[in-house]
Formats: sequence, structure tokens, C-alpha cells
Amino acid sequence: MSLHLLLDYLGSAEFARGAAVTLVLTLLSLFFGMVIGLALALLQSIPSRIARTFSFVYLWLFRGTPVLFQIIFIYNVLPSFGIRFSAFVCAVLALSLNEGAFMCEIFRSGLHSVKRGQRTAGLALGMTGTKVLLHIVLPQALRVVLPPIGNQMIGMLKLSALVSVIAVQELLLIANQTASANFRYLEALSAAGIYYLALTTLFMLFQGWLERSLDPKRKTRMRRISLTERLLGVGQPVVR
Amino acid sequence: MSIELTQPSQSTQPLLRVARIDKSYGSTKILKACSLEIVPKETIVVIGPSGSGKSTLLRCLNLLETVDAGKIFFEGRELTRERNRQHLVRQEIGMVFQNFELFSHLSAAENIMLAPMKVLGMSRHDAHDLALSLLDKVRLRDRADAFPDEISGGQQQRVAIARALAMKPKLMLYDEPTSALDPEMIREVLDVMAELSAEGMTSIVVTHEMGFARRAADKIVFMDAGEVVETATSEQFFSGVVHERARRFLDQILH
Repeated sequence: MSLHLLLDYLGSAEFARGAAVTLVLTLLSLFFGMVIGLALALLQSIPSRIARTFSFVYLWLFRGTPVLFQIIFIYNVLPSFGIRFSAFVCAVLALSLNEGAFMCEIFRSGLHSVKRGQRTAGLALGMTGTKVLLHIVLPQALRVVLPPIGNQMIGMLKLSALVSVIAVQELLLIANQTASANFRYLEALSAAGIYYLALTTLFMLFQGWLERSLDPKRKTRMRRISLTERLLGVGQPVVR
Repeated sequence: MSIELTQPSQSTQPLLRVARIDKSYGSTKILKACSLEIVPKETIVVIGPSGSGKSTLLRCLNLLETVDAGKIFFEGRELTRERNRQHLVRQEIGMVFQNFELFSHLSAAENIMLAPMKVLGMSRHDAHDLALSLLDKVRLRDRADAFPDEISGGQQQRVAIARALAMKPKLMLYDEPTSALDPEMIREVLDVMAELSAEGMTSIVVTHEMGFARRAADKIVFMDAGEVVETATSEQFFSGVVHERARRFLDQILH
């Protein structure tokens, strides 16, 4: 293994661009996937048969077929209906639609975790259903869904490698192309692997920060408890 | 002065009038032609065996439940016709629940501030002042920044009362406010409620606390099997001039 070549790849513009494409692809798909997922979860909670049937059929289709199938299908079948998108847009579309189905289940469990009485209390104060959702239900649900969403974030980063099949110039495709020119697979794939690990590490740090900033008690727990204190069981915040 | 508050004159218009309401869940009749009237500054205590429909009756009053038949008038307005403006009606009627239902993601003060800010459009600063003065009233000012899971049940319920008061309601509904409390915490909640009643807060209280009824109620309503069996003034009721079903119930709970 040539360390020199590995460092070369890590610093090269192609790899950096590939990693950027992977990151942007992941972030866009996560964002749209969350929007779709939340919309579907809310659709399931309203008493309308049409809304619930739609949500059910959506989940059935997008959870029931491989993502790879969905990517290839969207890229190759949509043009025959006269709908033409770039490979990148097709990739975002396929990943978002697929992600939406999984996010829906996560949001549904989150919304479900907020007790009915909390909504009733909000309504009894004269809040409209929308305000109850916005100020009472969603803030509480968000805390429950954060860990599984963290999983999805990291999962999506890795899933995004699949779109190499429709020639989106993301990290894995770049690595593969580079290696196939000189058969130095070890160096090229190691460089890609390092980029992937760096990105997932970034996501994990972000998740940790988000969980801490969403903790309602952050103000009262400002004082950091040191490791020794924690091990000795002293300095815990006193409850009650 | 206090005599005037606790014994409203007969000529006062009722604040709330319930006229023969029915309510069923499926084939089970929960309420059968229930009627009730409350004038401003009056406190009514609703008692009766569990399953007699007391809580359902209360939840019909602020439209958390829709009635099948009958009418509810609040300040002369027919509430049963205001289905699409329910939230406006509820802004004027406060409610306190058996399980407190404080918003778990908000501190005590923020629980009180939420509705004034989001419903009435009050500024954060004003809402905070209001919250502190209400916490003062329920003697919990020092717990303003505590979260619901950091304070006792009795304290949570007092915050919940303050939260309802923040909307300046014309009527307070208490749904078994002390049933989920340990015995030593019941007193502190009942004291706050009795104080509010004495100050002229119109209240309807569903409770098993006969001591509170004796202390704070102007009228007692006895319900059994979905019916309002008896409506009596507190004096009549406790001097024993009661319906036979009410007599039996009283014997049971007083042992």
C-alpha cells in the first residue's frame, strides 16, 4: 500500500467533489424524506379513510421494494413518460421517496408517544388543533424520534452510494473509477472509506449536539458533571 | 362582603346553563337528560359514584365532548352550536385534570406562559410576569424554573391551576383534581381551590372530597347512573335532607 498515493487521493479535487456530492445528496434526501415522512404520519392520524389508505399504499410500495430498484426505475422509466430529470435529481427523488416511508414510521411512533391528555390540556386552554400540534405535540415527539433519525442519517449516507448505478458522480463511483484506471483499489477505496467515516462522525457529533440542545433542562443542568464525579455518584442534580 | 360572594342573589343571570343533555358512547348511555345551572361566583361540587358520568358532564361543558342532544348556554350563547369555534369557547373556560397534564417539555413558568403567548398574543415579558404572579398565588414562585418531573404531584396540580387561570377564565372546571394525589398533598391543592372560590371564581368541581364540598360549595349536585339525581344547597345537603340514593352514596364514602 502506498501511503503517498492514499494521501494524494484524499487531497484530490475529484475525491473531495465526490464526498461533497455524497453529502449534498444525503442532506437533500434526508430533508425531503423527513418532510414526506411527517406529512404521511400526520395523514395517518386524521380520521379520513382516503388519507389513511394513501399513506398505507405509499408505505407498502416504498418499503416493499428495494431502494436500488426504485433508483433504477425512476431513472429509466420516468423518461418514457416524457419526464426528464438529471441523474442527480433522480437520485434525490428516489432516495427521498424511499426515506419518507421509513421516516413516516418513526414520526408515527413519536406522535404516538405524546399522551392524549397533553393534547386535551392544550385544547382546554383554547388552543387550536394546529397550535397544539406545533407547540405541544411536535416538541415532545421530536425528542423521541431523534435517536432513530440519527440512525437514518447515517444509513442514508451509506445508502447514497447506491446511486452510483445511475452514474451520479458520488464518492464510491469516483473511488471505483479511479481504481479501475490503475488497479490501486486498496488506496482508492481506503480514501473513500476515510471520507465516509469522517462524514458519519460529523453526523454523530451533530446528533449529539441536537439532543443536548433539545433537552429542556439544559439551562438547569449547565454544570458539567465530571467523569470521576459520575463514577463516584456525587454531584448528581437533585430531583425533588 | 364574603357573604355576598358565597350567596349570590337569585336574580343573577346564570353564567352557564345546561339543559337536558344526552351523551352516549356507542350503545352505552353516559348522560341522560342532565341539567345544571351556575351563576357567577358560585361553586358547585358534583359528586357521585364512579362511572356516574361526572367527568363526561364536565368535558361536555367546554366542548371536549360533543353532546348528542340538549343544549348548553354560556353567557346566553348556545355552545352546542359553536362547533367550529370551540377554541374560542375554551379560552373562557379553564380546566384542571386528574393527572395534571402539565406539558412535560416546559418548565412550570413556561407551562403557564404558553397559552397567553400563543393564544392571546401576549409578549414573552408580560407572560412571564403573569406566570410569576400566578405562581405566587399558588405559593410556588420558587419553583418557576422546575420541570414537571422535578416537583411533587401537589405542586404540579397547583401549577396546572395557575396555567388555567392565566387565560383569565370566567369559569373553572376541576375534574377530580386530587384523585391522583397522595393524601398529604391533597390539602395544599384544596386550599388553593377554596381560596379561589372564596374570591369569587365561578367553579364546577368533580370530587370525592366531602370536606371540600362542605367548606367551599354553594351547591351540591349528586349524579348516579348518568342522571342528575339531586341538586341541593350545601346546607340542605349536609343537614341530611337528601335523596335516598345520595344518602346511600354518602354512607359509603363516609363509612
